[in-house]
Amino acid sequence: MVESETTSTARGPAGPASGGIAVDLHGVSRVFDGGVVAVESIDLHVEPGQFLALLGPSGCGKSTILRLIAGLDRPSRGEVSRSPSSSSAAEHAPIAYVFQDAHLLPWRDVADNVALPLELRGIGRARRRQAAARAIERVGLGDAAGRYPAQLSGGMKMRASLARALVTSPDLLLLDEPFAALDEITRHELDDELQRLWRERGMTVVFVTHSLVEAAFLAQRAVVLSRRPGRIVLDRVLALPVERSAALRTDPGFAREMRALHEALERGTAP
Amino acid sequence: MSRRLLHAVLPPLVPLVALALAAELAVRAGWVRAFLVPAPSTVARTLYREAESFRALALDTTAASLTGFGLAVAAGIAIAVALSSAVWIQRAFYPYAVFFQTVPIIAIAPLLVIWLDFDRTVPASAFIVSVFPVIANTLAGLLSTDPALRDLFRLYGAGRMATLWKLRLPYALPSIFTGLRVAAGLAVVGAIVGEFITGSGIGGDIIVARQQQRVDRVFADLLLSALLGIVLFSLINLASRLTLRHWHASERAGAEEL
Repeated sequence: MVESETTSTARGPAGPASGGIAVDLHGVSRVFDGGVVAVESIDLHVEPGQFLALLGPSGCGKSTILRLIAGLDRPSRGEVSRSPSSSSAAEHAPIAYVFQDAHLLPWRDVADNVALPLELRGIGRARRRQAAARAIERVGLGDAAGRYPAQLSGGMKMRASLARALVTSPDLLLLDEPFAALDEITRHELDDELQRLWRERGMTVVFVTHSLVEAAFLAQRAVVLSRRPGRIVLDRVLALPVERSAALRTDPGFAREMRALHEALERGTAP
Repeated sequence: MSRRLLHAVLPPLVPLVALALAAELAVRAGWVRAFLVPAPSTVARTLYREAESFRALALDTTAASLTGFGLAVAAGIAIAVALSSAVWIQRAFYPYAVFFQTVPIIAIAPLLVIWLDFDRTVPASAFIVSVFPVIANTLAGLLSTDPALRDLFRLYGAGRMATLWKLRLPYALPSIFTGLRVAAGLAVVGAIVGEFITGSGIGGDIIVARQQQRVDRVFADLLLSALLGIVLFSLINLASRLTLRHWHASERAGAEEL
């Protein structure tokens, strides 16, 4: 936990192997029918393999930005672009999205839920079962592969949802307040899990949260949005070690970063 | 298992037996005249003595109800899928689907006899009254697909057909079963009404028995038609429970419904 371990660039020398794609938002605004401006003039460049936290008050357009990045929504003005994916294999989908709730299909067991993205991309049964089994193992759900969502706890459902996102080896993982509904301990567990998966796989991660602690604990870089219409109030590379451990949460450097984020959040929330 | 069955069957039997006993007593004591309300024992005797004719009538009505119901399920789901495919289609055609709900079947049935023939009138009548609940509930289910899951399917490039089969229809299943439960009972009602006109099956027998002042036979017919409705309803419930057993705790425990 020494200062010298931190780096000024987003990626430290001990950072994950590069496997992600870059994302660019250029002057992006999104106005909904009825004239509600969700986000306004957003300029944001996410480096390949970077772990970015997107913070802001409720209704500030964090989810809108995520949907725009995913291509699930189009900007009213401006441009969203992503660098091309390194792989064009059918098993591989460039983008994965994790929602606030697990959103599993209740009529499918965990293995079939996790295999769904591959099924939709036309991968044969044997190959997708194999890939699903690996993804399930990776998130620590190995013994629950045959269970149905109704038989899982909230944390296990979220793990299954994470496995479903990872099964296609995405270059870009988008998470929309994924662990917000979980209890504190389960959330910490899943935060650790996500950190580990990111270090192993090196995909680009954009993580929407309204928890300062979670943002500071997970991300290399934090972007704070103002309340609606969402504008960027702070864009800060966190001066924290790449390797995060539970001890970090009590580190003075951690407190300093938290304060910076907190001040930005207050500035953005003030009328 | 047998204990659970007992718990399911015993409670509804209590009021039935109580009512039957009360009716028996009322008739035997002369409080109610037997040509208005037959004694339950008389109805039972009629059912037993004339079992052969009742069996044929019940078979007729069952076949017609099932045919009408089956058509209503197939057509209702197909219509709902078509209606859900675009907002303008829904706006243009849904009001006409409501027609099926409001149509006075007793007024239409004579027309059916003219348009179709006697054989097809009864299933057609069952179809007409039972198709709307299937359409309405399936449509509601199809329109309530979780938006997050729709996004997920889009993200992985799923086409319309894949989204329909793997997401929207399965997601609508609880709703569809609600529609089927309502439709099952209505199909029997529709069939009986159709038979009033054609003179066949249980419905036809009710008319004949009434003209012959055979209240015992009318009651036996009523009992049979109610039984048919209950059996259909229970079969739908069973199918629903088996299909949705993984969905939530209530279907697994199978507690509340009949």
